[in-house]
Amino acid sequence: MNANGALSVNRRNFLRAGATAAGGLLIGFHLPARTSLAAAAPDTAKKLNAWVLVGSDDTVTLFIHKAEMGQGTVTSLSMLLAEELECDWSRIRTEFPGVDRAYGAMQGVVGSQSIRSSYVSLRQAGASAREMLVEAAAQRWGVDKSACRAEKSTVVNTGSDARLSYGSLAEAAARLPVPANVALKEPSQFKIVGKSTKRLDTPGKVDGSTTFGIDVRLPGMLYAVIQRCPVFGGKVASFDDTKTKATPGVKSVVKISNGVAVIAENTWAAMEGRRKLDIQWDEGKVAAFSTPGITQAFAGAVEQDGAAPARSVGDAARALDGAAKKLEAVYQTPYLAHAAMEPLNCTAWVRADRADVWASTQMQSSARQIAAQKSGLPPESVEVHTEYMGGGFGRRGGVDYIGEAVEVAKTVDVPVKLTWSREDDIQHDTYRPASYCRFAGGLDADGWPVAWTASIACTAFGGGANTATEGVRDLAYTVPNFLVNYHNVDPGIPVSYWRSVGYSQNTFFAESFLDEMAHAGGKDPVELRRRLLGKAPRVLAALELAAEKADWGTPLPAGRGRGVSVTNNIGSNTVQIAEVSVAKGKVKVHRVVCAVDCGAVVNPAGVAQQIASGIAFGLSAALKGAITIGNGRVEQGNFHQYDVLRMDEMPQVEVHIVPSQAAPGGIGEASTPGIAPAVSNAIFAACGKRVRQLPIRAEELV
Amino acid sequence: MAVLKFTLNGKAQSVDAVPTMPLLWVLRDTLGMTGTKFGCGMSLCGACTVHIDGQPSRSCVTPISAVAGRKVTTIEGLSPDRSHPIQLAWIEEDVPQCGYCQSGQIMTAAALLSKTPHPTDADIDEAMRNNICRCGTYDAMRRALHRAAELQRVGGSR
Repeated sequence: MNANGALSVNRRNFLRAGATAAGGLLIGFHLPARTSLAAAAPDTAKKLNAWVLVGSDDTVTLFIHKAEMGQGTVTSLSMLLAEELECDWSRIRTEFPGVDRAYGAMQGVVGSQSIRSSYVSLRQAGASAREMLVEAAAQRWGVDKSACRAEKSTVVNTGSDARLSYGSLAEAAARLPVPANVALKEPSQFKIVGKSTKRLDTPGKVDGSTTFGIDVRLPGMLYAVIQRCPVFGGKVASFDDTKTKATPGVKSVVKISNGVAVIAENTWAAMEGRRKLDIQWDEGKVAAFSTPGITQAFAGAVEQDGAAPARSVGDAARALDGAAKKLEAVYQTPYLAHAAMEPLNCTAWVRADRADVWASTQMQSSARQIAAQKSGLPPESVEVHTEYMGGGFGRRGGVDYIGEAVEVAKTVDVPVKLTWSREDDIQHDTYRPASYCRFAGGLDADGWPVAWTASIACTAFGGGANTATEGVRDLAYTVPNFLVNYHNVDPGIPVSYWRSVGYSQNTFFAESFLDEMAHAGGKDPVELRRRLLGKAPRVLAALELAAEKADWGTPLPAGRGRGVSVTNNIGSNTVQIAEVSVAKGKVKVHRVVCAVDCGAVVNPAGVAQQIASGIAFGLSAALKGAITIGNGRVEQGNFHQYDVLRMDEMPQVEVHIVPSQAAPGGIGEASTPGIAPAVSNAIFAACGKRVRQLPIRAEELV
Repeated sequence: MAVLKFTLNGKAQSVDAVPTMPLLWVLRDTLGMTGTKFGCGMSLCGACTVHIDGQPSRSCVTPISAVAGRKVTTIEGLSPDRSHPIQLAWIEEDVPQCGYCQSGQIMTAAALLSKTPHPTDADIDEAMRNNICRCGTYDAMRRALHRAAELQRVGGSR
């Protein structure tokens, strides 16, 4: 192996590590020619467009330009392609291609966008490839295209009943012009889309053969860990690595921009060496902050007038003054870690003229950018190899760990795999921001809401005030006088996207306070929502479906209660009704009925999986999740201090999909926001105690 | 460094390693068997579960010296062809989402099934509650475990 990359990665060896078994997938391996999307496929395979490759053996390879973190994208995008391509579903392979303009300006999986952004474009890609194959067959037979049809990876001559397989047509098809404006099927003609379909990635995930980022192995590679400053924003002042360098297996110790890296023969040796580092830190100004002070700053901020309201309807102040009944409440939520099961990691290999990174990432485009920036190479000289993610939840939308790996890899002439420990993951996350919200509500003489104000404080990121207030600012309810103010308070704790983003806290705030208004006005919580959803018929229909399926209004035993919540995010509408019991300081969530209108559905089984998944994720946070800060440091380190939902705590989840042919909505983040308020509202119904702070402190209830 | 011998997935294996090096890292980094996953390093999440002499064990806190002379089974050795009842049932029920925790879940579930051929929901909770899944596949795993018990009954115990 040499610094120019004329190397000697043995492709067969790499693929042995990277290949999953039958029904599974191959990791694309693009060395040394980065243009070769077909590298892992038969040499005679022909690419018909950026998504479709047909082999002479009739194997169809679909390039999935997104990334898979469990959300089912490999399967659902394949379904969209295969629907129009008319290929044999049992013989498809999938592969993650590199970063390429053909796949758009930003390649990544954020905001539950994959289906929404691909629903039409991938069916067009499949249809266009199919038309090329059909045209090639028509030319070979000397007949008109209209006398041919495609089915199961063959083209049939409807006049003679002759058949030509896709594999035998691929070479001719690839020479034809790409047709424009191919008509797409009507939904009534769908054979795959809309049918519950098993995941393509299951087989490799039950025998250990799927390669996640952390499983990447390359010849001669080394392993690294990094000691970062425990205080956010702190820097290395000085360090002594004498004992580290004496640790068996340790190869080198290097200072990088945010800490000290230990490079070793294996991950364990690197971790052992790291324990022996003696580092003096310049902790910086964040060391002055702890959770009580941060909360106090939030509480002070919400009392201020907003510079410019995030939303204002009518005259909320005046309507509150004139209300027959007025109520106020303060809600708060903590910082949260993502805690994906696969700790962050990245393998990087930097040479003089090119760099490769192998990463489980939600943001391939950003991964390439940061690798280029850190290596000093132009982006065209950087190849991103997308690997399966062991969970993402928004954390892998950040690329800090990829930049770190490149920095470390620059110091050696072999590939290096950087691995974060669980403690690194919990203590150096980009957190769901802590948030604080003061509400006031006014009811008329009949108990219906006439005024609603919210003042929210949390740290801005992403879309600033819009992100910080989503879930309150954009409620589907019609309230005649409505005001939302936002205050950015930034103590320097890094915050970012966490599954469902602003909705993850604001839906808890809004749906809980709406429940308070219902009870204050003597209204049933479903009845109140029904009345306020007069201008949102799709949300209302989901509410009615959930109420019916959950037997809303029927009696429950003492100590049990039902709670409802409504979420409209990511282009979807989700209503949850939780059934909860409270006894002896314990909260048990028995059953969650969820009605979802996410528009046209590609894979109903996938929708059901994601609804249950989002509920588990949100419930984990509602019952247990809290990151606290002490002197600028995170006070939790591993799962004993940042516990998550367990098998015995998972409720029975029933998913009911509202039939729709409206434009598809997202699904990966649809159900996360609504579970906390559905549960806390059910707790109120069960025992009369109102939960206004997460996580729920069950011992304080009964 | 010391040369240690044990049985790995039915075959004799010897490694030259620091005796305190956890089995997890010997498997993953030294032997290249990456099906066993790193999740916490403290025996808190179950992602690294393997069988040692048939017992479910956390390889992240098991020093390699402790397996000398013993039989280790990893996910790669559970069956040659995904034919273990747990694997069959996991495929039938389409259990995995991200899939990262599933090697550990499957090894824990397989150990449960060998000891308790017809587990109740309470047995499942007891055996599986220390294996974390962040995607929330818990309900699917429960269904699959019951299904695996049925497959094992019909097909005979492996």
